Amino acid sequence: MSILVVAEHNNQQLNSATLNAISAATQIGDTIDMIIAGKDCQTVAEQASNVTSVSKVFVADNACYDHFLAENMAPLIADMATGYTHILATATTTAKNIMPRVAALLDVQAISDISEVISEDTFKRPIYAGNLIAKVQSMDAVKVLTIRGTSFDAISAQGGSASIEALDQVHDLAISSFVSDQLAQSDRPELTAANIVISGGRGMASGDNFDLLYRIADKLGAAVGASRAAVDAEFVPNDMQVGQTGKIVAPDLYIAVGISGAIQHLAGMKESKVIVAINKDEEAPIFSVADYGLAEDLFTALPELESKLS
Amino acid sequence: MKILVAVKRVVDYNVKVRPNSDGSNVELTNVKMSVNPFCEIAVEEAVRLKEKGIATEIIVVTIGTGRSQEQLRSCLALGADRAILVETDQAVEPLGVAKCLKAICDEENPDIVLMGKQAIDGDNNQTGQMLASLLGYAQGTFASEVDVVQGSVAVTREIDGGLQTLSLKLPAVITTDLRLNEPRYASLPNIMKAKQKPLVTTTTEALGVDITPRTQLLSVEPPAQRQAGIMVADVSQLIDKLKNEAKVIS
Repeated sequence: MSILVVAEHNNQQLNSATLNAISAATQIGDTIDMIIAGKDCQTVAEQASNVTSVSKVFVADNACYDHFLAENMAPLIADMATGYTHILATATTTAKNIMPRVAALLDVQAISDISEVISEDTFKRPIYAGNLIAKVQSMDAVKVLTIRGTSFDAISAQGGSASIEALDQVHDLAISSFVSDQLAQSDRPELTAANIVISGGRGMASGDNFDLLYRIADKLGAAVGASRAAVDAEFVPNDMQVGQTGKIVAPDLYIAVGISGAIQHLAGMKESKVIVAINKDEEAPIFSVADYGLAEDLFTALPELESKLS
Repeated sequence: MKILVAVKRVVDYNVKVRPNSDGSNVELTNVKMSVNPFCEIAVEEAVRLKEKGIATEIIVVTIGTGRSQEQLRSCLALGADRAILVETDQAVEPLGVAKCLKAICDEENPDIVLMGKQAIDGDNNQTGQMLASLLGYAQGTFASEVDVVQGSVAVTREIDGGLQTLSLKLPAVITTDLRLNEPRYASLPNIMKAKQKPLVTTTTEALGVDITPRTQLLSVEPPAQRQAGIMVADVSQLIDKLKNEAKVIS
């Protein structure tokens, strides 16, 4: 088995999600290479070469890969597929955008969002918003896979000594171009990487009330998330959404505040180690998955929680 | 401008799904079926583009059994002009669906293909990207805003860090995210009118598409259940439990 892992990065920093993909790759086979495409991304290549278990790092450094446009990234990755049995990435929005395009170029049925590796061709993955788990076997010669990051522990970013090889392929289809982005700026940890996450739902009643959560988050070093209801009500932006169609998180501690516990939300957080629910409605479904439930009005519970945390 | 919208018949989002008796698949007997919610958003966006005078014709397509006609009629009632059913009794994977849609696009030459970012049954999130790949089109996935300008389309996408806007040359494939729009309900007169709109049926053979499955579903099982925990009396007890029992805060 030889596996090519598609790295996720921002041209400066290797995204820690890639470490989960390498970890999944080690369950499939021993030869693991990584491909990095971007613009002025040499420092990422150096970081990648230190990652445990990686043999070779391929770097395609060209302006056409700057914003990881699927139209340009896919032919590069498909080009590199020769000789590999598996092409793998963590199911971030970047990978979800690119990997099916790669699979179609290779005439392969991709398998998305794998939560467990059974063997080199058989995998488990959630379907129906995580209400069921399917076991699927691929009959394609090359497997194109995305893995659910929270289901695989990150491998160490240190201790490796991969060689770095430059690629000179330029695939500039010139049919799409980057216009702008609006990325959330925050000093708090990233949702999918945080050890503690505190999320608010419709019960927060307004975007301003999320300040109650931010203050507690800052005391705990936590990231702040939200339910789809809170995002749809425009209390907070979409990148804070935790759930099947938002981010999948599995922190050590997840605190759900004013969240009823719709199945779509549970699908995004129920792998958390410890779950706390705070909701004034004792019947809320969120309590059925919570390790600790507090049936109290959040507007009294949150200020008290903030003041009592050291 | 011609718009092609691809839709899927799926288990209604309100149904609590479970495995069938031998755990070989999902239980689909006597289960309510609907248009995939993400696909409804795609239909709505196409109808809005027509109302703005940008789109002139909306074709809705699905691949499935004869019963998928119900879902095509629903889309016609929402404002699509005509429908195409690629009829097959086989379960078709995203790659097979993308190949069928490519064959239809080769005949219809749409300027924009709109579809949901994923179907709520398989949660694959692949078909739009695969179709764009096979056609050599640009792709705008997870769209929360679509703005058609001369010869191109600006698509704002929901990505992990926030939002990203891309400019795509037409023709292009756009997949819809939840916040692109809120789909309307079909009015009774429109439901009646939809019965008269053209719906043609074709087959994968007629399209010359090979939909042989590449994966095999071995089993379906419920996820591991989480045990419910305890209720705490107040905030002080909660903090005590988190510090001393769960040891997740210090």
